[in-house]
Amino acid sequence: MRQLYKHHLFWPVAILFSLLLFNFIYSPDFFSIVVRDGKLYGSLIDILNFGAPLMLVSIGMTLVIATKGIDLSVGSIVAIAGALSCLIISRGNDQNTLSLVLSAMGMALLLSLFLGLWNGLLVAKAGIQPIIATLILMVAGRGIAQLITSGQIITVNSPKYAFIGTGALAALPVSVFVVALMLAIALLLTRKSALGLFIEAVGCNPEASRLSGIRSVMVLMLVYVFCGLCAGIAGLLVSSNVSSADGNNAGLWYELDAILAVVIGGTSLNGGRFYLIGTIIGALIIQTLTTTIYMIGIPPEITLVVKACVVLIVCLIQSETFRKTLVHRWNTRHYTAEREATSHVNQ
Amino acid sequence: MEQQPVLEMRGIHKQFPGVKALSNVDFRLFSGEVHALMGENGAGKSSLIKVLTGVYSIDQGAVKLSNQPVSLKSPLEAQEAGISTVYQEVNLCTNLTVAENIFIGREPRRFGRILWKQMNRNADKLLKDRMQLNIDVTLPLHAYSVAIQQLIAIARALSISAKVLILDEPTSSLDANEVKQLFSIMQTLKQDGLAILFVTHFLDQVYEISDRITILRNGNLVGEYMAKDLPKLELVSQMIGKDLTQLEKLPSKSASEQFEGNEIIAEAKQAARKGAIEPFDLKLRKGEVIGLAGLLGSGRTETARLFFGADALDQGTVRMSKANQHIQSPRKAIEHGVAFCSENRKTEGILDELTVRENIIVALQSTRGWYKPLSRKKQNEIAEHYIQLLNINPPHTEQLIKNLSGGNQQKVLLARWLLTQPKLLILDEPTRGIDVGAKTEIQRLVLDLSAKGMSVLFISSELEEVLRVSHRIAVLRDRRKIKEISDQEMTEHSIMKTIAGG
Repeated sequence: MRQLYKHHLFWPVAILFSLLLFNFIYSPDFFSIVVRDGKLYGSLIDILNFGAPLMLVSIGMTLVIATKGIDLSVGSIVAIAGALSCLIISRGNDQNTLSLVLSAMGMALLLSLFLGLWNGLLVAKAGIQPIIATLILMVAGRGIAQLITSGQIITVNSPKYAFIGTGALAALPVSVFVVALMLAIALLLTRKSALGLFIEAVGCNPEASRLSGIRSVMVLMLVYVFCGLCAGIAGLLVSSNVSSADGNNAGLWYELDAILAVVIGGTSLNGGRFYLIGTIIGALIIQTLTTTIYMIGIPPEITLVVKACVVLIVCLIQSETFRKTLVHRWNTRHYTAEREATSHVNQ
Repeated sequence: MEQQPVLEMRGIHKQFPGVKALSNVDFRLFSGEVHALMGENGAGKSSLIKVLTGVYSIDQGAVKLSNQPVSLKSPLEAQEAGISTVYQEVNLCTNLTVAENIFIGREPRRFGRILWKQMNRNADKLLKDRMQLNIDVTLPLHAYSVAIQQLIAIARALSISAKVLILDEPTSSLDANEVKQLFSIMQTLKQDGLAILFVTHFLDQVYEISDRITILRNGNLVGEYMAKDLPKLELVSQMIGKDLTQLEKLPSKSASEQFEGNEIIAEAKQAARKGAIEPFDLKLRKGEVIGLAGLLGSGRTETARLFFGADALDQGTVRMSKANQHIQSPRKAIEHGVAFCSENRKTEGILDELTVRENIIVALQSTRGWYKPLSRKKQNEIAEHYIQLLNINPPHTEQLIKNLSGGNQQKVLLARWLLTQPKLLILDEPTRGIDVGAKTEIQRLVLDLSAKGMSVLFISSELEEVLRVSHRIAVLRDRRKIKEISDQEMTEHSIMKTIAGG
C-alpha cells in the first residue's frame, strides 16, 4: 500500500480517476460507447481523439523540460505545420491523390524538424536561455503561419488527408495510434538506449555532464528537434481534424497546456528525472477537464476560471510540501475547547 | 558549580529511510568556548548540524537554548533564535555584490527604499573591524576567491547577532595564512562570549583552537572530552573505532629513477592558457604519481584542467602518448584514457538528482555512446562492486547521490573514473572534507593504482599528503611552474621554501 502511494504515478492516476468518477456521477452515460459504421463513438473516445495533439506536444515537451529547458514555440509549430500541409494540398489539381497528401505531410514535418533544429541551435550553440530562445519562434512562428495562409483560413477537400485526424483503425481513432507510435519511439529511445540517462544528466548538471564526456550540445539539439517533430505531427492532426488551417488560432496556448501536462505528470521544471507515462496521464487530465467543463454546461465566460481553479487544486495535491503541511496541521490540530482549557491551566 | 550551557541537546533521534542518522545523541555547548564536533563521514555530524539549523526535524529528543526548550522548524527560526551557520560549501549568491550578500534580506531601508551607500559602508566596516578584511564590497562575490567568500560568509553570520556560531568545515578551502586569520577571529569572538561549534577534518586545527571535543560514530555519541585531556591518537581511534597506526601504514613507494625507462603516458609542451597558467612542460611516465604543490590560486587546478581538455589551450600542446592529436575536449580526453576528479564536487562532479548507480556508470556509458547501453544487470553489478570496493555508505545502488555525505559522494566520483580504466587519473583535492580513515584509504588506493601502472596527477592543499603519495612533485607559484622536485629533495621544508620563493 505504502509502495503504491509512493509511486510517482499515484497522484496523476488518482486525479484522473476522480475526474472520471465525477463525470460518471454527473452523467452516467459519460462512459457509454457506441459502434457506428465500424467506428467507436463516445465521450471517452472524444477525449482520446481531441487530446491526441496535446499528448504529442507534451511528449516532446517532457524531454525538453528534462534538460532544464522549455519550448514555448510548440503552439506556433503546430500552426505552421498545419498551414504548410494544407497549403500544398490546396494547390494540388486533385486534392485527394495519395502522393500529394503524403508529400504535403512530409514537407510539413521536414519544416517542423528544421524549426526544432533552430531552437536547438539557439539554446545549445548560441547559449541563449531556453525561455527566450523559444519565445522568438513562438512570436515569429505565428507570423510565419499567417504568411503561409496569407492571413486566410485555408480549407482543403481531401478525404485522404482528413483520415489521420478523423478516420478509424480497428474502430479506434487513427490519432490514438499516432500517439502510441510516438510514445513508443520516445520510450524506446530513452529507456532502451542510454539517451535517457544522458538527458537526465544534462538536466541535472550540464557542466558535470560535459566533464563526464557527454555531448551536451548534441543531447540538447536532439531534444529540441524531437520536440519540434512532435509539435509538427500534432499540427497535422489538428488541421486534418477540421480539414483546414488557421494560422491565428491553431495550437493557440498549446505550449502552456503541454507544460502543465508535464508538470502534473511529475517531471520537475528543474530538470533531471522525467516521466513520459506521467505526462500522457497529465495531458489526459487536462483534456478530460476541458470535456467535463463543456459537458456540464458551464457558461463560456467562466470556463477559463473554472479550469484555472481545478488546475490549482491538481497542482496543490501534486505538491509534496502542501501535502506535508496539510498532514502536519491535521496531526497537531487543536480544538477551541481544548485551547481554552490549556490556557486556563497555564495561568 | 558548573556553568549553564547555552545550548543543550538531549536524546536526539533522527531516522531516514534505510539510515539511522542520529540515535540518542547528547550535545552541549557553552558560551565562550570553541567546541569541535568530530567523526568520520556519515557519523552524523552534518545531521546534528542540520537539526540545529532547523533543516531537519527530530524524531525524538529535546533542544534547549539558554535553558529554554525550543523547537527549530526552519532555518529562519534557528537564525532568529540566535544560531547562525556557515556551511562547508559557500551558500552565497555569487552574482550579487559582497555587501548585498552580507545584508540580503536585512538591507538598511528608509521608506521602503534600500540605502545602498549605508549598506556598503556597513559592510565595509563589518569586514574591516571583525574580519580584518579590506576589500571592495561593491564588486560581485565571484570576483573573489573561495577563501575570501568563506570569510564573507562568516561575517554575514556574525552580523545576524548570533549566540551560537556553527562553522562547518570552514578551513577546507583556506590556505595556511587564511586559517591563521580565521583562528584569530575565532579567538576574539570566543572572548566576546560567543559559543562556536566547529567541524573540521584537520586534527591539528582541532587542537589549535578547541576547548572541548565531542565525538560521534555511526550516529551514536562516543563521548565528550576536554581537548587538553584527549591525546590525538586517542581521538582518532575513537573516531574510527580502530587503531590508527595500522591504518597509517602505506605501501612503500619506489624511487623516481625507476620510472626513467618507462614510456611517457602524457606530455605537455609549452602549454599555456591566458590568465590560468604560464607556459610549462610536464611529462608523466607510466605508473608515476606526480604531485602538484602550491598555494591556492597558484595554477594547480588550471594545469590539471589542460590535461583533461576542460579548458582550451592558448599555445603549446598537451597530448597522450598514443594519440596524434592533442587533447581538445573532455570527451577526447576520456577516449584517450584520461580521467579527472574535480575539486568542485557539487558543481562539476555529482549529478544530484540521479542515483549512485547512474552516477557511477555515466562516464563509461558516454564513451560507449548512446546506442550501446549497459544492461541494467551489468550496471547493478558494477555499482555493487564499487560500493564494496570503496566502502560507500549507505551501500544502496538506488540511493540518490544528493543524500550521501560529502566523503561518500567523493568515493562515488572516484568509482565513476576508475570504471573507465584510465591511463592517467587526475585527482584534484580528492580528500578535501574527508575524514582520516577515508583519507588513508584514498591515498592507499592511489599507490595501488600506480603500482598497477596507472599514472596519477595528484593535487592537494595538504603538503604532507602530496609528499606521501607522489614520486615527483611539480611546484607552482603565481600561475607558473617553477620547479620539479624528486627523491631526497622531497621534504616539506624544501617544498615550502620553493613555494615561498627562497
